Amino acid sequence: MPTMNIIQAVNDALSIEMRREPKMVLLGEDIGKFGGVFRATSGLFEEFGGDRVIDTPLAEGGIIGAAIGMALYGLRPVPEIQFADFIFPAFDQIVNELAKFRYRSGGQYPCPVVIRTPYGGGIRGGHYHSQSPEALFIHTPGLKVVIPSNPYDAKGLLLSAMRQNDPLLFMEPKRIYRASRGEVPEGDYTVPLGKAKLVREGDQVTLIGYGSMVPILEEAAEKAAADGISVEVIDLRTLLPFDLETLITSIKKTGRGVVVHEAPKTAGFGAELVASICERAMQYLEAPIQRVCGFDIPFPYTLEHEYMPNSDRILSAVHTTLEW
Amino acid sequence: MSLEDSPADAPENTGGAALNPKNSAFNYFEGSPEEKALGLFSIVGAEGSFSEEDVQRIPRELALRIYDGMLTVRVVDRRMMALQRQGRISFYGEALGQEAAVVGSAAALNAEDWLVPALREAGAGLYHGLPLAKYLAQIFGNAADVTKGRQMPCHPCDRDTNYVVMSSVVSTQIMHAVGIAMGMKLQGHSGRMCIGYMGDGGTSEPDFHTALNFAGVMQPPVVLVCQNNQWAISTPGSSQTASQTIAVKGLGYGVESLRADGNDALAVYEVTRYAAEKARRGDGPTFIELLTYRVSAHSSSDDPSRYRDESITLEWRERRDPLQRMLGFLTAQGWLDVAGAAAREVALEEKVRELIQAQEGVPMPSLESLFDDVFEAPTWLLDEQRESLLAEDRS
Repeated sequence: MPTMNIIQAVNDALSIEMRREPKMVLLGEDIGKFGGVFRATSGLFEEFGGDRVIDTPLAEGGIIGAAIGMALYGLRPVPEIQFADFIFPAFDQIVNELAKFRYRSGGQYPCPVVIRTPYGGGIRGGHYHSQSPEALFIHTPGLKVVIPSNPYDAKGLLLSAMRQNDPLLFMEPKRIYRASRGEVPEGDYTVPLGKAKLVREGDQVTLIGYGSMVPILEEAAEKAAADGISVEVIDLRTLLPFDLETLITSIKKTGRGVVVHEAPKTAGFGAELVASICERAMQYLEAPIQRVCGFDIPFPYTLEHEYMPNSDRILSAVHTTLEW
Repeated sequence: MSLEDSPADAPENTGGAALNPKNSAFNYFEGSPEEKALGLFSIVGAEGSFSEEDVQRIPRELALRIYDGMLTVRVVDRRMMALQRQGRISFYGEALGQEAAVVGSAAALNAEDWLVPALREAGAGLYHGLPLAKYLAQIFGNAADVTKGRQMPCHPCDRDTNYVVMSSVVSTQIMHAVGIAMGMKLQGHSGRMCIGYMGDGGTSEPDFHTALNFAGVMQPPVVLVCQNNQWAISTPGSSQTASQTIAVKGLGYGVESLRADGNDALAVYEVTRYAAEKARRGDGPTFIELLTYRVSAHSSSDDPSRYRDESITLEWRERRDPLQRMLGFLTAQGWLDVAGAAAREVALEEKVRELIQAQEGVPMPSLESLFDDVFEAPTWLLDEQRESLLAEDRS
């Protein structure tokens, strides 16, 4: 089985689906001859040509608007927004148009567009190459949100995403684009949407996260184990609709939880997870669920690693829940 | 824009000052890009005059069909505004005074062409095949509404006739029209095109510029039509843009741009037909400005007397009415007389009354339907919320 990084896994998934689905189209800035600034579409222009791998003018609203039009006409567009930080010119098209087309047309015009975008910090990108805006989109009725944390899931989840018929935001953790490597089967396979993954079993505290935070959670779990604490790690994978059942099952076992994301804390997705767990499993909780998140500040440059949740901060939250 | 700048004051039966008034109005299409974007194509002048040479190009049946389409808009709008005033519907946006722009442009479409509307193009949809009963059901938002009562009135949608649903977000739809046309080109579906509408206010939105830019670069079979009715709620054209015309903006994006008297249904038809045929041939996009006037309020929620000189509106209503101009043309041709026109109006009134009566008897959409179509299949979150709503005590 070949070893790949996340970029290669994404590229493999796009390539497989472009071969399988003649109505699939890629569009975005610099995705054609250049193969994308992160090389996610490398080689696809050469294989499928400029009609299906479209270099667009530099206008995010136009990229998504065009993708919507093509989807209305029956195509399967997979646009790329070069960085999640630059998705906001397209916010109107995504929130008001893409996510609402099926609903406001009474089901007459489904709009199956899968938007790929790299997100997150830790790459010395400063404010405009580091943001994690997932909560804004999870809060948008009509949109699904998926974030993989490793090459195997990246390929399988992206293939699933491109084969379902709803608008979907596929956010790729660029911090571990190349750092995360693993075995990825050749050819076709899918990872189901809406299903979290139990990354590590434990029975004292449940760590919940997604994307680039998952390796940090595993690191924290190792440190906890060294302290004699048994920690369970769950990778959410799909944020909307999230797999609450898996979280509840784990919380019922451990009675303690820590939710981690690098997006700002206040009104972040962690708040929704904590509230949802409390609604269903309050009686099983031995301590308040802790949140380890980015601060409520614009994403910084020089001190970015102070901003990002790290394993020590998570370990500290684990101790807080145990000592409560 | 004052009356002095308006189409009635241009030399009659010409395509604009730059052209020889003795020539056919159709010479307009041979003008330079700048002449076309700054001029004004017109066949039937504001006073109803026209050249025999030009009207020989207009088939009788088509002219009558366009007139009926315009009359339909007039009658339906009048009735809907009355219903709104009576509190029987919540809102309405009429196209009074713009019927020629709405219907003349739709008349250039073929059945397989796609139509992406803005607020005032329901009449274009009706001409293109959207059934009137479907339109009315959407206005009532009842169980017969195929869009299940999810939007305000004037947001119909009809997949059967390639009529895409309007959103109230101004100009987002123009990019969709370009995307649909890109899809046509990509799939090799030659011989069809997509028309996308906007108003003059919409030309200030970023999506307008993005759409024209994409159209210029991608060369899809799209026709973008701006109904310049000179008012965006209370904002006049002069506060919207400093550009000499709206059409000329298209030239900066490398898109052929035309400008026509939007109250002259035949001129509107001819510029749109020119652009649609060009698109179907694979010769790229066109931008069209149709100069008209919003005789009505912006919507049933608006009161224009607070911000504009309604004596100018009165001039447009009485001297420049597109329906009267079209009727004048038809009677001059001997294709319809005043009594015949009145009979058509009475028959339409009756039909609309019956359809309204039928729609008012239809119950509201079901509670369950609130959760349909958010996704192809509801998520567990939606299932849970639906069950909770249905379990509410309604006694």
